[in-house]
Amino acid sequence: MENDEERRTSQLDQARRLVKHLEAGESQAADEIIRQLRHAFDRELFDELGKLTRDLHEALNSFRGDSRLVELTRDEIPDAKERLNYVVSMTEQATHRTLNALDEGMPLIESLHERSLELTERWTRFRNRELSVDEFRVFAQELDQFFIESGQETDRVKGLMSEIMMAQDFQDLTGQIIRRVIRLVQEVEENLVGLIRLSSSRMEPKPAMEAVVEDDTKGHGPIVPNTQDTVADVVSGQDDVDALLSSLGF
Amino acid sequence: MDKGMKILIVDDFSTMRRIIKNLLRELGFNNTMEADDGSTALPMLKNGGFDFLVTDWNMPNMEGIALLKAVRADPMLKSLPVLMVTAEAKRDQIVEAAQAGVNGYIVKPFTAETLKEKIDKIFERLEAQ
Repeated sequence: MENDEERRTSQLDQARRLVKHLEAGESQAADEIIRQLRHAFDRELFDELGKLTRDLHEALNSFRGDSRLVELTRDEIPDAKERLNYVVSMTEQATHRTLNALDEGMPLIESLHERSLELTERWTRFRNRELSVDEFRVFAQELDQFFIESGQETDRVKGLMSEIMMAQDFQDLTGQIIRRVIRLVQEVEENLVGLIRLSSSRMEPKPAMEAVVEDDTKGHGPIVPNTQDTVADVVSGQDDVDALLSSLGF
Repeated sequence: MDKGMKILIVDDFSTMRRIIKNLLRELGFNNTMEADDGSTALPMLKNGGFDFLVTDWNMPNMEGIALLKAVRADPMLKSLPVLMVTAEAKRDQIVEAAQAGVNGYIVKPFTAETLKEKIDKIFERLEAQ
């Protein structure tokens, strides 16, 4: 406050002298006073510019030092694309597996249905005593045949229905992969928000960007081909698991 | 092996729980219950009555490996047979599960035959003891 008061008194004093010099036509002395008045503002501008330069420098440095972002763009984004491609091919396979089972099962069921309708009709005629002895002989043979075939065919249809059920395991496996990609997207988002905060004019302290350090034994879902997953020491299937467990005395 | 034994199926995906439940039913096991996470499964197990635990590994709150360790650390539950059915395929993980006392380990995707074979093996061993 005192400083402001002093500054104002001195500025007022300079202004009065400026008017006096101008009225007296002393242009050189007037220019000198104008230069003195401007000087204070120039220094403030340079100070502000200096501060901005320092901030910019710091922001660039911390951007360069944030290796997590580099890691994300270099490794994890391409990996995520590969993971999503794998999800597409897994869902495609599951759908084909289901449709193949249906393609095989539907004609079996249709034929069973038709034969049973036809046999029912003849059975009714037999009950109404409308069948001749010869007709009955043929009918009995066909019934024998039908009993054998329907046992076999319904067993096959049961197998196909199990196949359809097992094909649904894709939902769990792809779900785990998609959740992992969602976590990655979230991390990228947090890092980008951090970047925006860094480059905004109001310099706030750098937010703690905790890298998701993957614990070696933490669950991370199915192994996806052509990603970082395959770098790890992984088993190739149940036989591999059984061999490993038996080596451990299982 | 008692086909009436009470089995708890733990997996965060309801689709996989249904698949396992169906497969167990085909094998003659009808007394099954479900939990979607280790943290919901543990209180159910502690309430008692379960004879067999089938669990996934990768779950949001309490993972299957933590559930297995909690079961083995609980005096009432420590001898409960545990079968892991999981997509986790790192050798280190399988070794860790074995060391934590898992009775069987099935890697997804799996077949109905594999499930039957592992369950048979677990109970054959237990009955031989």
